[in-house]
Amino acid sequence: MLTVLLQFLLSGITVGSIYALVGLGFNIIYNATSIINLAQGEFVVMGGLIMWFFSQSMQIPFFLSIVLTILVVGLIGLIMERLTINPLKNSDLLLMIMITVAVSIVFRGLLMYKFGKDPYNYPPFSEGEPFIIFGAVIQQQVLWVLFIALSCIGLIFFFFNRTMIGKAMSACAVNPTAAKLVGINVSRMIMLSFFLSAILGAIGGIAITPISLMEYDKGPALAVKGFCAAIMGGLGNGMGAVLGGFIIGVLETLTAGYIHSGFKDAVALVILLTILFFKPAGLFGNKSTLTVRKF
Amino acid sequence: MKEGKVFKLFLTLALSLSLFAGKVIAKEPYKIGAIFSVTGAASFLGEPEKNTAIMLMDQINKAGGINGHPLEIIIEDSKSQESDAVLAAKKLLEKDNVLAIVGPSTTGESMALVPIMNSAKTTLVSCAAGYGITNPVEERYWIFKTPQYDLSAVQAIYNHMKKKGIKKVGIITISTGFGDAGRKALLDEAPKFGITIVADERYGPKDSDMTTQLTKIKATGAEAVINWSVGPGQVVVTKNWHDLKLGIPLYQSHGWGSKKNIELAGKAAEGVIAPLGRLVVWDKLPDNHPQKALLKKYETDYKERFKSEPGTFGGHAYDAVMMVVEALKKVGPDKAKIRDYIENNIKNWPGTGGIFNMSPKDHCGLDMTAFEMVVVKNGDWEILK
Repeated sequence: MLTVLLQFLLSGITVGSIYALVGLGFNIIYNATSIINLAQGEFVVMGGLIMWFFSQSMQIPFFLSIVLTILVVGLIGLIMERLTINPLKNSDLLLMIMITVAVSIVFRGLLMYKFGKDPYNYPPFSEGEPFIIFGAVIQQQVLWVLFIALSCIGLIFFFFNRTMIGKAMSACAVNPTAAKLVGINVSRMIMLSFFLSAILGAIGGIAITPISLMEYDKGPALAVKGFCAAIMGGLGNGMGAVLGGFIIGVLETLTAGYIHSGFKDAVALVILLTILFFKPAGLFGNKSTLTVRKF
Repeated sequence: MKEGKVFKLFLTLALSLSLFAGKVIAKEPYKIGAIFSVTGAASFLGEPEKNTAIMLMDQINKAGGINGHPLEIIIEDSKSQESDAVLAAKKLLEKDNVLAIVGPSTTGESMALVPIMNSAKTTLVSCAAGYGITNPVEERYWIFKTPQYDLSAVQAIYNHMKKKGIKKVGIITISTGFGDAGRKALLDEAPKFGITIVADERYGPKDSDMTTQLTKIKATGAEAVINWSVGPGQVVVTKNWHDLKLGIPLYQSHGWGSKKNIELAGKAAEGVIAPLGRLVVWDKLPDNHPQKALLKKYETDYKERFKSEPGTFGGHAYDAVMMVVEALKKVGPDKAKIRDYIENNIKNWPGTGGIFNMSPKDHCGLDMTAFEMVVVKNGDWEILK
């Protein structure tokens, strides 16, 4: 019985690690602009599909493929910001969020046009049998995803707290006018934030595709769960998004295991709502930052 | 200026000549309608179906048409929507005066057309699988369908399990229309084969890990797992089943029949068993099998023209079109006779989906013998004896 519980927990960590990695991507743009980029799921899908294109279809070596994928998706994020967000930088925040929804629909159409409707897959980062811990099984790729998520948090933390450019970026979110007055190029910072979050999305996509496969319309499903993870942990908080992802993942599998698999999405979301009801800033969010935000 | 006039005159002359010539040589075309989900959510069905219809029309006309009459298939896109399917059917019936309609691609759209076809007294040969499309048969006088029943696939699986002595089964189904229909058939049929369903698990179409459900099934003491889904879910279940080393066989639905699934699942797919139509295993059939020659021709022609695999779905359109064509060949352009011919004379009729035996009691004409039990071995299909 203990083995079964352990297996449920490990499965929870598997799906949780996916949610965590997607959730992380939401935070960067949010930290720089207060925009929720609802096309974040599509960046993840692009990461997986473009990685497949370079590594399987073009047969480019693995590491080079990763670098190319990250650059291509980053560039797409950058172009997206220049074409859609930048021209109306002084307009309403809600409008910009709606625009990201529109962009996500365009992205999905283009991905379907290029890749069709079939799912894609490529070998995991390291070959070999899954690990067995006291009779419960965990895929090697899950450990890679965990490792990558933790490294990303480390890098993001370093970037926002220890580098000038990162601090300038957070300044833009807190008060764009003041940031402009002290000489920060706000427009460039916003562009950079889209570039970075597209990269983060791509890294997520590259890492999770060997576990879950990737197809053109997986974006919204990933974005919803990733967004929940980010909200639960407190928007803008990297570590919070990761923990939020794991909590949702484990809740889902425990529900599926001990109640019924038909209820798993519902129960996880109800618990999320309950948490937000008592702690609107999320588990690890800070109430004072919430009031500074624009909504 | 002058040259232009001469050219115009020449054009008019050529045009009238060709019209005249057309009238003399070819008889009046036989028009049949086709409604497929070419775009929208079910476009993975509609696309190969549309391609198949176009290919058949060209092949038949190249060979001289039907008794000298060219065949004209008017294809409408239902956009995977019931309302659009209804509009398309009305257009085909009222404006184009078609003799019969093939399609639509999905069960919902087909059900929406039942009253329209019955009141227009025109035959519909649906390409969707739902049981309700042709049942109760008294109320489906003008309606036929070519895909096998989900029920038959379930019976084929249970029949195989019975032979292997498997009595306790865990099922895991996707939470879509396909999974709901399969789940119902699995639950309904189990007692008839002396099988107990010990676990009944679900998952969403975009879920990335099903180890929890599989672990739970294993803990109930099930002797086999049946997964009922289409799309990436069936590959994820296969990979999880392999990783967990469950030690009990994994059965998939008839949605498993694409080489793509074996490619995606890799070595995890080894040993997976599924009831599949013979289209995917035609090259492994004995030479004297009545379906072999036609399956071979259909698949090679399709691959050559469209550079992709027709899959089972394209085959449903093949069967539907060919049934109507055969009826037209035998009875001519008479709507009532076309219906009667399909109901009474499609007997021992080899198609891509199986050997059809239509009757006034059965407007599908296929049972579980339409399926072969197929196991994945060394990255290829192998027919189980």
